[in-house]
Amino acid sequence: MSRATGLRYRRRRVTDVVAKVLGVAATGFGLFWLTWILLVTLSNGVQALTPRIFTQDTPPPGGDGGLANALFGSLEMSLLGVLIGAPLGVAAGTYLAEFAEHRPAWRETIRFVNDILLSAPSIVLGLFVYTIAVRPVGHFSGWAGGLALALIVLPVVVRTTDETLRLVPDIMREAALSLGIPRWKVTVQVLYRAAAPGILTGILLGLARISGETAPLLFTALNNQYAATSLNAPTASVPVVVFQFAMSPYESWHALAWAGAFIVTVFVLLLSVGTRAYLLRNRVDGAA
Amino acid sequence: MARRRPRRGGVPVVSAPPAAIGGLGVDDARTRARAAAETRQDTVFRLVLASSATLVLVVLGAAAISMLWGGRLAFETFGWHFIVSDEWDAVEHRFGAFVPIYGTLVSSAIAMVIAIPVSFGIALFLTEIAPAWMRGPVGAAIELLAGIPSIIYGMWGLFSFVPFMAANVLPWVDHNLGGAPWVGALFRGPPLGIGMLTAGIVLGIMVIPFISSVMRDVFRTVPASLKESAYALGSTTWEVVWQVVLPYTRSAVVGGIFLGLGRALGETMAVTFVLGNAHQLSTSLLMPGNSIAATIANEFTEADSDIYLSSLIALGFLLFIVTFIVLAIARLMLASLARKEGR
Repeated sequence: MSRATGLRYRRRRVTDVVAKVLGVAATGFGLFWLTWILLVTLSNGVQALTPRIFTQDTPPPGGDGGLANALFGSLEMSLLGVLIGAPLGVAAGTYLAEFAEHRPAWRETIRFVNDILLSAPSIVLGLFVYTIAVRPVGHFSGWAGGLALALIVLPVVVRTTDETLRLVPDIMREAALSLGIPRWKVTVQVLYRAAAPGILTGILLGLARISGETAPLLFTALNNQYAATSLNAPTASVPVVVFQFAMSPYESWHALAWAGAFIVTVFVLLLSVGTRAYLLRNRVDGAA
Repeated sequence: MARRRPRRGGVPVVSAPPAAIGGLGVDDARTRARAAAETRQDTVFRLVLASSATLVLVVLGAAAISMLWGGRLAFETFGWHFIVSDEWDAVEHRFGAFVPIYGTLVSSAIAMVIAIPVSFGIALFLTEIAPAWMRGPVGAAIELLAGIPSIIYGMWGLFSFVPFMAANVLPWVDHNLGGAPWVGALFRGPPLGIGMLTAGIVLGIMVIPFISSVMRDVFRTVPASLKESAYALGSTTWEVVWQVVLPYTRSAVVGGIFLGLGRALGETMAVTFVLGNAHQLSTSLLMPGNSIAATIANEFTEADSDIYLSSLIALGFLLFIVTFIVLAIARLMLASLARKEGR
């Protein structure tokens, strides 16, 4: 090997090693923030967690209290969001995967738009719901909040339903259809059963996503210092209360905000990790 | 049981079945009625599904139209000045969106400067460097960053990251970069903690999981034969990635970057916490600013006049249009790789 090629070889080796070191460093960089954020949230949250959180309503400025009304409001609106968004999403996803074969351009347009909706800023969806469900009525309401959350669940469920149904082998459809079963029954009783783990995953991931959503609720459900008597009134939710309390100058409100942040984080992370593990297990078991 | 004859799904049986010849006309009528009912059910089912799918389209269209409608007062009153004016005066009812637009673009730009190289490094690690047993857990941990709600980023940012920046990073930035030629003005300023640079860094961390997971997924689609050929010619890992993997996946990588950019532009809560909500234009990245999303989130409930509210909705419309374009580019770039895979 001549001196020149030796040098060149060495330079290539050095570049390679440097790139690898930087790759490891970048990964460490990402994991560093994850650790820091989780540690801060968990340690502050655990300190602020008391039984009162679950039994008392949000306090006036500087006072003591809990998050009961916010937890209940979040639960109500998230359920409403899933109840509206999931059936529509499953229906739309089924159309894309099963019933649109004769209109490929239309199908691809909807898939494209759904993908954009999936990544669209949630604040924009909140403003949209404000203009259709709050301004005409004249007041903020839990219904509007649930509707805004439904618009966030919708594209997630459409996408996962579409993708899961496309994974169901054609031989199942053919076998069912050859027995003379109408298509809607084939879809509901055969395909949905085969695709159930995937569709359920989509719905749960949608739920995980809306549990921490704040921006769309600011313009729709607003907030409420007391437990809302009905969904027709402004409704408190954990993320909005966390936002309001964290931005305030009161120490007792900060503690409640940390407690809320802790509850939301633990719920969301358990839900998304658990869902992925469930899907993984079902995929392994289901793979024949 | 004998009455159940095979039928095609949804297609009514038109020809007289053999049973009718034997004088069983009742069965024949029953079969026809049942077939007709099933056809009707199929039609209804299909109609419900098709209208649900159309709803996806309607939601996006209606969102754009309703915000254009809600913001029309601002657009009519201020015209082009709404976009170029930096005046935001709730008392005098004069609103210009230049400060929030500038803040959105600058904070997103900082985020991309951080997130693109880091995401590439992570994807490189997860596809080429890490031992196989490590790839799954580390990849899942990075994706966990995407699962953390943005309000948590905001609280962490305000209570932990901002004091850290103010005490340790910003004085250094001001001292060492503030005097640099050309770009010095960007880095001069008091170490407040909140501001453009802090917001940009938080945004960068938030979009890393989105960009890196796209990069990792598309890097995996590169045919092994291509990579192995390059290795067989004596390439190093870096040369394979830089000269084979990256050119092969270029359009999808750009798509992933635009996907992250779309997230950064529209991110609301985290930015609201750490940007400072200041309607002032400043060359320094260390000064507080504002972004479109943060302005809407902070001021929406305070909007006490029609023109104020309309201006905020008009801001939302601008954000919608910009993110729509960015996300559309992202999807088109990503689709081009999917097509290549299909061939």
